[in-house]
Amino acid sequence: MNGHDQTRHNVLSVAATLPEAVYTQRFGNGLTLVAKEMPWLHSAAFSIAVPAGCRYDPPDLRGLANFSCELISRGGGGLTHRQFVDFMESQGCLYWADTSTYHTYYGGALPAENLYRVLERYAGLLRDPALPADQVEDSRRVCFQEIQAIDDDLPERVMIALRNLHYGEPDAWHAEGFAESVANIGWHDVERFYREHYFPNGIIIGIAGNIRWPEILSQVERLFGSWETGEAPPVTIASPPHGVVHLPFDSQQTHIGLACPGIPYRHSEYFLARAGIGILSDGMSSRLFREVRERRGLCYTVSAACHTLRDQGCIVAYCGTSPGVAQESLDVIIDQIQLLKQGVTAEELGRLKIQLRSNLIMKQESCRALASGLVGDIFHLDRARGLAELNARIDGLSLDAVNRFWEAFEIGPFDMVDLGEQPLELSNGISAPTTR
Amino acid sequence: MEYRRQQLDNGLTILAECNDQAHFASYGLFVRTGARDEAAAWSGVSHFLEHMVFKGTEQLSADAVNVLLDEMGSGSNAQTSEESTIYHASVLPEFQTPLVQLLSELMQPALRPDDFEMEKRVIIEEIMMYQDQPPYGAQEMLMQAYFGSHPLGQSVLGSVDTVSALTPEAMRSYWRERYVPSNMALVAAGRIDFALLVRDAERCLGDRPPGLAARAMPAVKPQFGGRVIGKDNSAMQYFMEIAPGPAIDDPDRFATRILTTILGGDGGSRIYWEMLDSGAAESAAIGSYEFQGAGLIMSWFSAPPESAEANLERLRRVQHSVAHGITDRELELAKQKIVSQILLASERTESRMFSVGWQWLNGQRFLSPDQIADQFRRVTIADVQRVALAYPMARGQMLSIGPRTDLAV
Repeated sequence: MNGHDQTRHNVLSVAATLPEAVYTQRFGNGLTLVAKEMPWLHSAAFSIAVPAGCRYDPPDLRGLANFSCELISRGGGGLTHRQFVDFMESQGCLYWADTSTYHTYYGGALPAENLYRVLERYAGLLRDPALPADQVEDSRRVCFQEIQAIDDDLPERVMIALRNLHYGEPDAWHAEGFAESVANIGWHDVERFYREHYFPNGIIIGIAGNIRWPEILSQVERLFGSWETGEAPPVTIASPPHGVVHLPFDSQQTHIGLACPGIPYRHSEYFLARAGIGILSDGMSSRLFREVRERRGLCYTVSAACHTLRDQGCIVAYCGTSPGVAQESLDVIIDQIQLLKQGVTAEELGRLKIQLRSNLIMKQESCRALASGLVGDIFHLDRARGLAELNARIDGLSLDAVNRFWEAFEIGPFDMVDLGEQPLELSNGISAPTTR
Repeated sequence: MEYRRQQLDNGLTILAECNDQAHFASYGLFVRTGARDEAAAWSGVSHFLEHMVFKGTEQLSADAVNVLLDEMGSGSNAQTSEESTIYHASVLPEFQTPLVQLLSELMQPALRPDDFEMEKRVIIEEIMMYQDQPPYGAQEMLMQAYFGSHPLGQSVLGSVDTVSALTPEAMRSYWRERYVPSNMALVAAGRIDFALLVRDAERCLGDRPPGLAARAMPAVKPQFGGRVIGKDNSAMQYFMEIAPGPAIDDPDRFATRILTTILGGDGGSRIYWEMLDSGAAESAAIGSYEFQGAGLIMSWFSAPPESAEANLERLRRVQHSVAHGITDRELELAKQKIVSQILLASERTESRMFSVGWQWLNGQRFLSPDQIADQFRRVTIADVQRVALAYPMARGQMLSIGPRTDLAV
């Protein structure tokens, strides 16, 4: 048995000892509960995904979904903000809320015995938010701060600009919006956004940890089952601009973001695409780490990933590198992405499969990671993938299939954003650099 | 869950928290050496050496090391701080022997000149990366100002100048002095075969010559004062302050952590209600940090430049608010929060390995998560008030970095 076979054997045997125990229920009002029993833990985690992400912002009120999340988090179900925070702390609950493209997430991790009491308070918050008018200005200032902080986060600025180039509106939008639009948001806008987007149809609740399915099912039904459905207004979809943008900035490093079309998670060939990108970027023997950092010493950070929306995906890469070698870094990264068309080796694929399987087993320790993973599965696939299925997917990745996929896959054209003093040149046949 | 400890004849310590229920295992080689143990001219050598370890040995090339680590599916990594350098990986239990063997071999790095010069470029990129990230190296500058000539003021990354000037010979000399068995521990957690671990350690590391690596422990003479550094293109103004706190072996560290959680933790702390709930600042926190022979309480905020003074006043109010006492409820909630964090972390094998290793690094008796939680549960209001008096946090070394250069700190 060689190393690869041995790991496969070991992971399969570990997987066989872990109960699958993933359950899904769609209630009559369209809310989906997905849960995994993890009796070996003492804790539990939940993630409530409300289809109220920033893609639903009105175009003139960008940042409204995020603003609404801020105000909704300030109490409800008869509790003031202070009472809500006090209660969460008394239950040992580490909690959070944040807005992404499709959803606003409300989540927490806590000792499992306190889960029901905490979910009860979240039902109050989401079904009957206080929306305290006297805290609108506080909420606005919080949102302003988030917007201003982005200016100092150079990789984040690159990724926001890249997203705007690569995806069309409104999927390209970032949650924070702009100071000008957030300045115009009023209490009535939040109230309307709540009314138009906070209802059970489309909500996914993921729960993982030391729970029992029959119990959690009846508890969630009791808390959310009678919530009435609603209908969100349609959004207008626009085509992406694509191209190259240089963001002039006096920084130590040049920050480079690249994107080209990929495939979404729900696509039948996603794992073949993911395998290629993994060979490019996962682990210390990956191609980008070896070619950009180890062999050439061009950077400290370089990475590539499959980014997915529901119906489209992209291959995205990032590198932070000093200005003198930024062009060389960019050229090597593009070369390495394009070299995928010439195939990967059995050794590379073998190593990647071991890493993916190990990650799968390690993830079984984290109820927080699993709860949000389950929510993602329901959103992207309409069903949850269990450990055995994921393991079989990884196991089933053949060298031939991966190489055939990449040989046929058209890499590019690339969109690029570079932030730094001097613009870089991207030679893939698209428009000349524009400066913003 | 069983805690095991053994020492080889050459002084190497082997520690494990064995958990038969775990599905994988985490391993770490902990070396009690870091920036504080460096000669000033070699600033950054501990961290640079940590990188060079992965460049291989006389028998193994860098590519071979990377391939071997990935073939075990290891989430491997390393980290260097003021007081330690840690190499770690998490793998399925069956890889225990090959992983321990590889980590052990890596402790004898080749330090090939070509690799050395190439990695130097990577380190300089890393230094530049941090210079682009808020708060733009402020913490290291502040530590330097506070500790003055004390070794804890030395930078972990070093500067472009010191790193550029380093040679493989200097690094080898540092390695020979610091990477001796008595200064190292092999630490494991998860599904561990302890008898095999000891045998593997004996086979792979048992023949390393013994030696002693002392650590200079001069008394700390905190330097108080303030400094403003201008950075025109920063959107936010960043403010940091450090003041004395209890050291790593001081029993008061538990009460101090509760104090800083009440005043400056996330969620419902006083700083949250004073500075974050209203959106006055973008971030704000107070936390405690412990080292051997010294401890710090750090206060921090970032906010729009025009509101820097008002936010500094708010921070001062929070820092001084302990004079009005703390309530039973605050104490109870802070304990609940800390104990819950300990519980959640204790479910991760890797974090168990780190907990065992850190306790060894600091020369502490091993405490399980429950025992650590008990230390917090025992803290009383009187304890918290006593440490608040002993460690006034608003009298320290301050640094502000951002567009404002006219701030009085």
